[in-house]
Amino acid sequence: MEYFVQQLVNGLTLGSIYGMIAIGYTMVYGIIGMINFAHGDIFMLGGFAALIVFLILTTFMAGIPVVLALLLMMIVGMLTAALWNWTIERVAYRPLRGSFRLAPLITAIGMSIVLSNFIQVTQGPRNKPIPPLVSSVYDIFGIAVSLKQIIIVVITAFLLSVFWYIVNRTPLGRAQRATEQDRKMAALLGVDVDRTISVTFIMGAALAAVAGTMYLMYYGVVVFTDGFAPGVKAFTAAVLGGIGSLPGAVLGGLLIGLIESLWSAYFTIDYKDVATFSILAIVLIFKPSGILGRPEVEKV
Amino acid sequence: MANVASTTASAGSELTARALREAVFAGLISLGLFILFVGLETTQNIRNELVLNQRWGLLATFVVIAMVGRFLMVAYVQPRLAQRKAAKAAAPDVVKEEGFFSRNFSAIAIVALILYPPVVLALTGVQGSLKWVDNFGIQILIYVMLAWGLNIVVGLAGLLDLGYVAFYAVGAYSYALLSSYFGLSFWVLLPVAGLLAACWGVVLGFPVLRLRGDYLAIVTLAFGEIIRLVLINWTEVTKGTFGVSGIAKATLFGIKFDATKTGFAALFGLPMSSAYYKIFLFYLILGLALLTAFVTIRLRRMPIGRAWEALREDEIACRSLGINTVTTKLTAFATGAMFGGFAGSFFAVRQGFVSPESFVFLESAVILAIVVLGGMGSLTGIAIAAAVMIGGTEILRELAFLKLVFGPNFTPELYRMLIFGLAMVVVMVWKPRGFVGSREPTAFLHKRKAVSGSFTKEGHG
Amino acid sequence: MALETNTMTKDPILKVEHLSMRFGGLMAINDFSFEAARGDITALIGPNGAGKTTVFNCITGFYKPTMGMITMKQRSGKEYLLERLPDFEITKTAKVARTFQNIRMFSGLTVLENLLVAQHNKLMQASGYTLLGLFGFPAYRQASGEAIDIARHWLEKASLIDRADDPAGDLPYGAQRRLEIARAMCTGPELLCLDEPAAGLNPRESLALNELLQEIRRDTGTSILLIEHDMSVVMEISDHVVVLEYGQKISDGNPDFVKNDPKVIAAYLGVEDEEVEEVIEQIEEIESEQGGTKQ
Repeated sequence: MEYFVQQLVNGLTLGSIYGMIAIGYTMVYGIIGMINFAHGDIFMLGGFAALIVFLILTTFMAGIPVVLALLLMMIVGMLTAALWNWTIERVAYRPLRGSFRLAPLITAIGMSIVLSNFIQVTQGPRNKPIPPLVSSVYDIFGIAVSLKQIIIVVITAFLLSVFWYIVNRTPLGRAQRATEQDRKMAALLGVDVDRTISVTFIMGAALAAVAGTMYLMYYGVVVFTDGFAPGVKAFTAAVLGGIGSLPGAVLGGLLIGLIESLWSAYFTIDYKDVATFSILAIVLIFKPSGILGRPEVEKV
Repeated sequence: MANVASTTASAGSELTARALREAVFAGLISLGLFILFVGLETTQNIRNELVLNQRWGLLATFVVIAMVGRFLMVAYVQPRLAQRKAAKAAAPDVVKEEGFFSRNFSAIAIVALILYPPVVLALTGVQGSLKWVDNFGIQILIYVMLAWGLNIVVGLAGLLDLGYVAFYAVGAYSYALLSSYFGLSFWVLLPVAGLLAACWGVVLGFPVLRLRGDYLAIVTLAFGEIIRLVLINWTEVTKGTFGVSGIAKATLFGIKFDATKTGFAALFGLPMSSAYYKIFLFYLILGLALLTAFVTIRLRRMPIGRAWEALREDEIACRSLGINTVTTKLTAFATGAMFGGFAGSFFAVRQGFVSPESFVFLESAVILAIVVLGGMGSLTGIAIAAAVMIGGTEILRELAFLKLVFGPNFTPELYRMLIFGLAMVVVMVWKPRGFVGSREPTAFLHKRKAVSGSFTKEGHG
Repeated sequence: MALETNTMTKDPILKVEHLSMRFGGLMAINDFSFEAARGDITALIGPNGAGKTTVFNCITGFYKPTMGMITMKQRSGKEYLLERLPDFEITKTAKVARTFQNIRMFSGLTVLENLLVAQHNKLMQASGYTLLGLFGFPAYRQASGEAIDIARHWLEKASLIDRADDPAGDLPYGAQRRLEIARAMCTGPELLCLDEPAAGLNPRESLALNELLQEIRRDTGTSILLIEHDMSVVMEISDHVVVLEYGQKISDGNPDFVKNDPKVIAAYLGVEDEEVEEVIEQIEEIESEQGGTKQ
């Protein structure tokens, strides 16, 4: 039982990271109906930005409090990732808006290749390990919960509530939802569609960068290929939860995290990704629009 | 007159001012983008700790390039493009008579490809030809064939498949395993590999029939990953990440390409060289690719091919016309997968070694990119795209002179995928419908007219 | 009432009995029955949202009805229960073809190709399910030649022959409507179901449509079931009119009978003002026309 709860805690931590990345996928998909394949690499980029900030801090400002260091890593990571995602949207997606549907998918895949290879070329292909930032572990009713895990879950919960508030309670969120429903009509009613879409990319990238920072803190290592696997799993999470739905993305992320850690704990770790993808396939076959997605009905 | 001159002059200075503004903006943006990743480098020191290496000069170069580039873009390139566009719009729509070359492009291309190995052999000698036949010829043709196979699924039937590499893997492993466990020959296993891949196409296609658009894309991606992960983890059979090596070579009517007395070289009185085997492989993949093209062209003129294209255009209308969309989709998946399987078994016989590393998602993405960049449905466009994208990145390996420019530590290969990705973005933004955007009709009453890309749809699946 | 029984005794091609369709809590169609006679043009009319298209979708298999029976009786005497067939079999074996309210073209295929796609099943058989055709057997070549002849025939009927090699998406709206009908006819149906064929047509095109439909019936003996808002089309060409309101049948008979049925008038009066005016205007128009011919 304790073992099970332990895995549950691990799964929730992992799921929080996936959930934060998944939100970027789901928001972009919701607003312009495209799979932003480069999003996983934005997450990796955020992780690298945090890594470099961490090194700057340890080199030039040794002895800085950990909380401040983490905060700085997160903020610089968010800014950098947001700037990258904004630029990518401007350069590679906006010219293709309203054109052939597969074209932005291809540029997104192209951008994903560019980002990971850019990091490989500029930062080198090797693993980048860092010493542990926070290492305290608490014993709660016989279950080992590390401070890292608590930080990740708390930050995820906090950011999600902020996002929920932005999307549901602010004019910006209203503009986003309007653009999602009908871009042309929203533009006619005075919504600055281009700006709204840009902001969506910026928000998604900022969350991905936080996830990247958390990932770096949790595993203590990052490498240029790290965009792919978490990216695909986060996208899987978004689809599983019902793409376009914010709570769906988080739910999907948590589910994927739980499946992964429980499967690794009770079955063989080798096939954990096979399990994740199989469950995705099974869910979609029986509920093609995901768990919380609105079913797509085509009128005849 | 003076008035006019002054307005153009003021427009010119306004443009320059705008270009300067934009250049500064671009500089700031690029500074933000690159400051961490270019300005600083994380490297391991002697104690294996990460340390920072400062590269502010390089960062400055990046920013300056961005600023100059943006300035030239706004001040010169954009007005020029706008002018050309206006001129084009103003000019009357002349129907251009196609020249001899473009009319007979396919025939010329095929003849050129058939003549390619002897010409290379004559120009570069037996050993020198290896590189050109293998790295360029065979490598490009494999991608041409794969892209033509995927074109059936994506370009004709409009089903977005992001896991096509799975069928390539099935074909490769079918040959590798069946030949090493049972000693069967390539010519027996080639159709077997195709059939097995086609079966997998149906097996994977069946559950995803109800899915549409991006859901289909993600599930096919997932299936591709599942196959790869199984290949990695099922070590008893596939030897996992070590891969299967020592795969038997193909033979030409029973003639082996080895150094024995009955081998190809000895039989024809030629000096022993692996170049002959490569040339044989070149013709083999050329034949397979042409088979793919031939079948695709034939199928397009048959009810099944038309049903695929109709499915891409409107699935509901298809059903209302009595077309069984389930079998139509499955045959598309199976046919595409079969060619992927053929290509896979060729890949295994060419390399003599297969490992799961060759079948990552990136391969699927590259193949899909070739299909879309070439122009969905167009065999010619796809072949051009494969030649440009694969050949272009292969050429980077040859650019040793760049070492003289950038110093001896410069390895052009490192930039291969970076440039590949950038090229994907640039080509798509420049030509969203691909190199050949129009569609050739499959039947006509009076006159064959190409259908403009703006009418064709890209499918929902 | 006499008129009604008259249509009932004729040989029915389509029998809809106690059809009900529920979407969640909404009863879109409630215990709806009617018959369409062979060789007739039967019109299904009713105010917006009455459930006409839902009835169509049940007949053509795009919806599975909650309850009820839909029987298609072919010339050969074969009967099919349409609610049990998958949608494509309804066209393929039961020989019921349809068009759509929002035109569904294969817009990237040429007009001719659209008509060839419609002959899919026949050609599929001729090509030996692709295998024989792939190797260039003459049987397929002959069949595909015949298919082009059939397509040419319908293109002439729909006066689209000049545009045969243009992409279907390039045609003007009215021509697309005609193409959709021609395409449905290429499946060789015994019953042709048209969902608002005159919607969006100008009076001239509307007239051409009337002629095309009457020609289809006269030359091929195909029975036609149509949904229509345009009363001039309905009154002019249909032999039998069924009126639907809120998912229930309120009137059934020949055009004259229906036109004067107080329930029908009330149903139309009960909706929007514009539509009432339209109805009254059209009724008057037709009456004056008929008066004119009598003299």
